[in-house]
Amino acid sequence: MDSAGERVNDFALKIATVNGTGSASANGLLMQAIFRMGIPVSGKNLFPSNIQGLPTWYEIRVNGSGWTARAERPDLMVALNPATQMRDVADVVPGGWVLADSSWPLQREARREDVTLLGIPFARLCNERFEGARARTLLRNIAYLGALSVLLDVEPDVIEGLITETYGRKKQLLDANFEALQLGRDEARDRFDCPLPIRLLRQASNDDAVLIDGNTAAALGCIYAGATVVGWYPITPSTSLVDAFRAFVERYRKDPETGRMRAAVVQAEDELAAAGMVIGAGWMGARAFTATSGPGISLMGEFIGLAYYAEIPAVFFDIQRTGPSTGMPTRTQQGDLLAVVYASHGDTKHIALFPADPAECFEFAVAAFDLAERYQTPVFVVSDLDIGMNDWVVPRLRWDDGYRPDRGKVLSGEELEAGAKVARYLDVDGDHVPYRTLPGVHPRGAYFTRGSGHDSHARYTEDAEAYLEVVDRIADKVMSSTASSPAPEVVRSPGATVGLVTIGGCRSAVLEARERLAAAGVATDVLRVRAFPFHNTVREFVEAHERVFVVEQNRDAQLRFLLAGETGVPLERMEPLRFYGGQPLSPGPVVTAVLDALGLAAAPAPPPLQAAGE
Amino acid sequence: MTYIPKPRIRFPKRETNALGLTRLDYEGSMSTLCAGCGHDSVTAAIVDTFFQLEIPPHRVAKLSGIGCSAKTPTYFLGTAHGFNGVHGRMPALATGAQAANAGLTYIGVSGDGDSLSIGLGHLCHAIRRNVDMLYVLENNGVYGLTKGQFSASADVGSKSKKGEANRQTPIDPVFLALTLGATFVARSFSGDKAQLVPILKAAIRHRGFALVDIISPCVTFNDHEASTKSYRYTRQQNRPVVEADFVPLRAAISVDYAEGEVRDVAMHDGSRVRFRKVPDAFDPTRRDVVYRYLRERQDVGEVPTGLLFIEPGAGDMHDVLGTVEEPLTDLPFDTLCPGEAELDRLMEEFR
Repeated sequence: MDSAGERVNDFALKIATVNGTGSASANGLLMQAIFRMGIPVSGKNLFPSNIQGLPTWYEIRVNGSGWTARAERPDLMVALNPATQMRDVADVVPGGWVLADSSWPLQREARREDVTLLGIPFARLCNERFEGARARTLLRNIAYLGALSVLLDVEPDVIEGLITETYGRKKQLLDANFEALQLGRDEARDRFDCPLPIRLLRQASNDDAVLIDGNTAAALGCIYAGATVVGWYPITPSTSLVDAFRAFVERYRKDPETGRMRAAVVQAEDELAAAGMVIGAGWMGARAFTATSGPGISLMGEFIGLAYYAEIPAVFFDIQRTGPSTGMPTRTQQGDLLAVVYASHGDTKHIALFPADPAECFEFAVAAFDLAERYQTPVFVVSDLDIGMNDWVVPRLRWDDGYRPDRGKVLSGEELEAGAKVARYLDVDGDHVPYRTLPGVHPRGAYFTRGSGHDSHARYTEDAEAYLEVVDRIADKVMSSTASSPAPEVVRSPGATVGLVTIGGCRSAVLEARERLAAAGVATDVLRVRAFPFHNTVREFVEAHERVFVVEQNRDAQLRFLLAGETGVPLERMEPLRFYGGQPLSPGPVVTAVLDALGLAAAPAPPPLQAAGE
Repeated sequence: MTYIPKPRIRFPKRETNALGLTRLDYEGSMSTLCAGCGHDSVTAAIVDTFFQLEIPPHRVAKLSGIGCSAKTPTYFLGTAHGFNGVHGRMPALATGAQAANAGLTYIGVSGDGDSLSIGLGHLCHAIRRNVDMLYVLENNGVYGLTKGQFSASADVGSKSKKGEANRQTPIDPVFLALTLGATFVARSFSGDKAQLVPILKAAIRHRGFALVDIISPCVTFNDHEASTKSYRYTRQQNRPVVEADFVPLRAAISVDYAEGEVRDVAMHDGSRVRFRKVPDAFDPTRRDVVYRYLRERQDVGEVPTGLLFIEPGAGDMHDVLGTVEEPLTDLPFDTLCPGEAELDRLMEEFR
C-alpha cells in the first residue's frame, strides 16, 4: 500500500451472480481488460453443476508481482445474488467494499459497519433503459462491468476495444452494450469517488504472455502432436478439451479441396467405449486420445489394463474434479492420483504427467504422445478443473518446427520384407521396449494382440516363466520412462532445511507461500513432481530436508502415500498438508499450516485497508 | 488352452485364387474348441469367403471379445493382425481401429454373451455409427466358457442341460439391428455353408456395419433335447426364406434367370447382391416389410434365415464424421501439425 492508502495492482474482487444470467462473459471481459493493461491477473470461475438459477461466483486476483494463486478473501465484493448476499458480504476483508444492486435494499443481516457499501440500482436502470427480459438481464452485466471499470480505473480504450471485439458483429447489439457500459460508468462516477484505493495501473508484464485455459492448451497440444483419433464421452470438466480440439480440427485439419477432416472425433456411448476406441486406434498406429474425469477413469479401468498389458500407446487426459462418486462436478481437486497411476486390476502402473498450468498442458500433451509411443503404454495427463477450465496468464505457447513425433520402435514394411524378426513382446535391445508391427503393413508382421496371458512371441500362455518374462519386462519398461519424462521443478533457498513437495495446480500457491514463509524467517525449498514414476531427485529431495511437507488437494494425502510407496522414504518423514474443499488453493492456509507445524506464530493479518489510508 | 501351430502341408494341385494364394493361406492355427462346435464351421466359411473374395489376408484386421467365439479369429487368416480384447467391447476397439485406418477390411467375431449382455450397448452404437465392418455373431444361447449359463438370446422355455427352463424374454439381434437402423442384416446357420458364404461375401463388400447372426450350436452345453439352439432344433425350424448370391464386380452378367425372377441390389463398390428367391410380398430393401415378415414367421416358431435386409446407399461412420478418404494413419505429419508460424499467429487471439 502506498502513502495515499492506495493499493495499486494488488487486490482481489469477487462477483456473485446467478448462473444462466450471462454474467460469465462480462466477468471474463473484466479479466481480459486487466490482462491487456499488462497486469498479472487470475480468474477463478466457481460455478454450480447447473444450467440456470444457482449461485455462481467469479474471483479475480490482481497482483503486479505475478502472484496469481487464488486470493483468500476479496477486497471488493460485487454482490448481485440476493440468495448469497449475507455470506458474500461477510466474506469481504475489513475495510473493503461491496458493490450491490440498490434496486432493492441490502438485506439487514448482510449489513456491516467495517465495509463500504456502494449501491447502484442496476436492475431498475436497465429496466428503464432496455426492452426485453433477456436483454435487460444481459445488459445489467455490462452495466456492472462499466461501473467496475471506473471504480478500478480500467483504461477506457481497453474496455471499449473488448466490447467492440465481442459484440461488434451486430450494430444494434454493439450499441446496446455500449449504452449499458456507459450507464454503469456514469452511475459510478456520479455516486462515488472514483477510482477506489484499490485500482489498476498499466504495467508491462504481459508482453510475452497469453490468457488461456488448460483444456484449450491441451487440445492445441494434441493438434500439434498430430493426434488423429479421439474417442470421448461428455463429462465436466473435460468436455471443453474435446470441444476445443474439434474447433481446431475445423480450422487446421480441413482438406481445402474436399472439406473433409484429417481427424476423427467419435462421441462414444460411454467412457468404456471411449477408451476402447483410443486403444483400437493406437493399435492401428494412430495418435489417439480421450479426455475424461474421475468417474470416467473408474469406468475405463478394464481397458486401461488391456492397453498396459498388450502394450498399446494411448493418451488419457484426466481433468480431475471433486470426488468421490459424482462428488462436486464443478469443483476442483487432486483426488485421482492413486486411481490413475494404478488404474485397472492386477499389477499395473502407468506413466502420468502433472501439468501445473495451461502452458504445461500444451507441453505435456505433446510429451504424452511421444512417451506413449516410445514406451508402448497408456500415458495420463492429470490436470484438474482449475487448470482446465479457468483462464490463466502463462507465457506464450511456442513450437519448434524441428519437432518430429517419436513413433517408438515400429518395424516398417521394408524391414519386415528384408526379414526382420517379429517377436512382439521380446526385449531384443535390452531397453525393455519390444518392437511392434502395425496391422496391414506386411504379412510377416502379424501377431495376435490379447489381454490374456502371453509369451514374448505374443502366443497365449498359462506358463509361469513365460508370463513372468513379459510382466517383469513391462514393469522395468514403465520405470525406465523417467529417462524421458519431465523432471521435477525444484526451487531452492540457501540454507533451507524445510522442504515443500507439491504437485500440479498447487504450484502458484506453494511458491507464493514460500515467499511469505521466507518473509516470516522460514527458508524453504520447493519440489514439484511433474511425472510418475518419480525421478530419483524426488527421493533425494525428501531425504535432504529435516522437515518435509507434502502439499496436495485431496483428503487422503495420496501424493504422500505414493511417495512413500514408490521411493521407499518412510511415510512419517513427510507431513501431509491437505486442502480438498473443492476450491483452488490459496497460499495463506499453506503458510499457516507450515508455521503451526514448526511451532511458529503466524504473521498478524494485514491491517484493514481504509484504516491504513485514513 | 495352448497354442497349437498347424502343420503347413502344401499340395501342388491346390486351388489358388487370383492372388496365387490357397485356402491354406487363409487358415490360422488349430482350433481348440469342442469337437463339433458350430463355431468351427463358421471359421471354415470365413476362410472360404476371404479366399474367394481374393482379399490379401494381411489387409484384414480381425477382432473379438471374450468367450468361445472370441477364440476363433486365431483359427483363420493367420497373417492378419488380430485383437482379442475385453468382454463385450470389441465394437469399441473396432470403431477406433476403423476410424484410424479405413483402408483395411474389418471382421469382428462375437458371441451372444459378448454382444447381447455385457456388450449390448457397444453393439447398438456400432450399428448406429454404421462402422464399416463385418460383425459375426456366433449365437448359441449359452455361456460356453463358463459352463452353460443362459445367455440373453435363450428363448423362453428353452431348457438348460440341467433341465432348468429359461423364463426371460430373449434379445433377438436381428430385430435389434433392424430397429436401430442397421444397413445390413442377415441370419444364417453354421451348418449351412452354402447359404453362409455368399452372405459373408456380401457383408464384407457392404460399406457399413453388416450384422450376420449365425445360429452356431454349442455341442457341450446347449445341444440337448428341449434346447432351441441345438443342431436338431435349428435344422428342423430353419427356413432359408431368402436366397441371395454375391456377384463380384468383375463377374459377367448372368442370363440364367428370366426377368422378374431375380432382383439385383447394387453395392457401394459396384458389386451386386442377387436375390434369387424371396417370399411373396417380401422386400429385402424395406425395413418395415422385413420386420413384419420375420415377426410373423418367428411367432410360429420358425427360424427364418438368409440375407434379410440391405440398405447399400447409407453413409458409413467416416461419411458421418466427414473424415478424409485417405486412412488417417497414412497422413504425413506435416499435414497434421499447423507449425510454428501459425502458433505465433494463433497466440495473438489469446491476448
